[in-house]
Amino acid sequence: MKGMTLIVKCISQLMAPSIFLLGVYVVLHGHLTPGGGFAGGVLIAGSFVLLILAFGSDEVRSQILNWNATAFESVGLFVFWFLAFWGLIRGTYYFTNVITKVNPGLPYHLFSAGIIPLCNLAIGIEVAAALFSIFICLAILKVGDRI
Amino acid sequence: MLTILILLLVLMILGAIVALESKDLLSGVISLGICGFALTIVFLLVQAPDLAIVQIIVETLTLVILIAAILKTTHEDTTEAFGLRKLLVWGLGLVSIAVFLAVSIHVFSHLPKFGYPVLRIAQVYLDQGLPLTGAANIVAAIILDFRGYDTLGEATVLFTSVAGTVAVLRHIGRKRP
Repeated sequence: MKGMTLIVKCISQLMAPSIFLLGVYVVLHGHLTPGGGFAGGVLIAGSFVLLILAFGSDEVRSQILNWNATAFESVGLFVFWFLAFWGLIRGTYYFTNVITKVNPGLPYHLFSAGIIPLCNLAIGIEVAAALFSIFICLAILKVGDRI
Repeated sequence: MLTILILLLVLMILGAIVALESKDLLSGVISLGICGFALTIVFLLVQAPDLAIVQIIVETLTLVILIAAILKTTHEDTTEAFGLRKLLVWGLGLVSIAVFLAVSIHVFSHLPKFGYPVLRIAQVYLDQGLPLTGAANIVAAIILDFRGYDTLGEATVLFTSVAGTVAVLRHIGRKRP
């Protein structure tokens, strides 16, 4: 698709990094403030979508297809599944919060709550890659492209 | 409060009907957005900020993706049913609406009063969430610790839907472009 005018390009250039940072913040503070992996992942995907819509995808199409968004999605889901499986490896139940049992951490601090921030991180990666690959499929992909 | 909720629900139903009936796909998608954003206000009114954040972000991004897809392909809704098929669609739709209404009236008459749940397990989550998991956000403590299975299922559903989308839309194996 074609890009938009200079005004849209300038504004989206300014906005996209802040949206990306807000997404990372929402993912990392998911166990302290409202939000979490899902909302933060969608924000991260939204910053990429904003840049591509503003600048057009004709010149960078092959690079975008080489980013392997679906591979990132698989990695995110696999990490989440492994965190769930960790409890079985340590000899307790499925989805046991094994880190909290050993080192609970201070409540209301960033490094607390055991595997919950790690799960949020995995879900954030998965959701961002999933929504971005849906965007690639619906709006960028042409006949003959491989993804 | 309750009147605002009912007004918003009526707005959502109207938006869904317009989205179904409009011949132009672009106006259909935009009126689907009415549905989602009204649902965001409903979540805010019943004090669920987590759900409201997720709903408004997902709604915006899906609207943008759908509009980009429509601008790339076509504006016209080309699906149409004739004759016996139309009759079948309408008849089955009306029958299922009637069954759903009858069952849901029966179910809703047995629910507890609005806003006053009698769920004992929820009180345990509220009391023990912070000491047991250490997460200050009680929603994160529930969806990733107490009810982690559900979230794993949701992530798997998202993964499966993306795999289906990629498999349908990637056009490998087509002879002629």
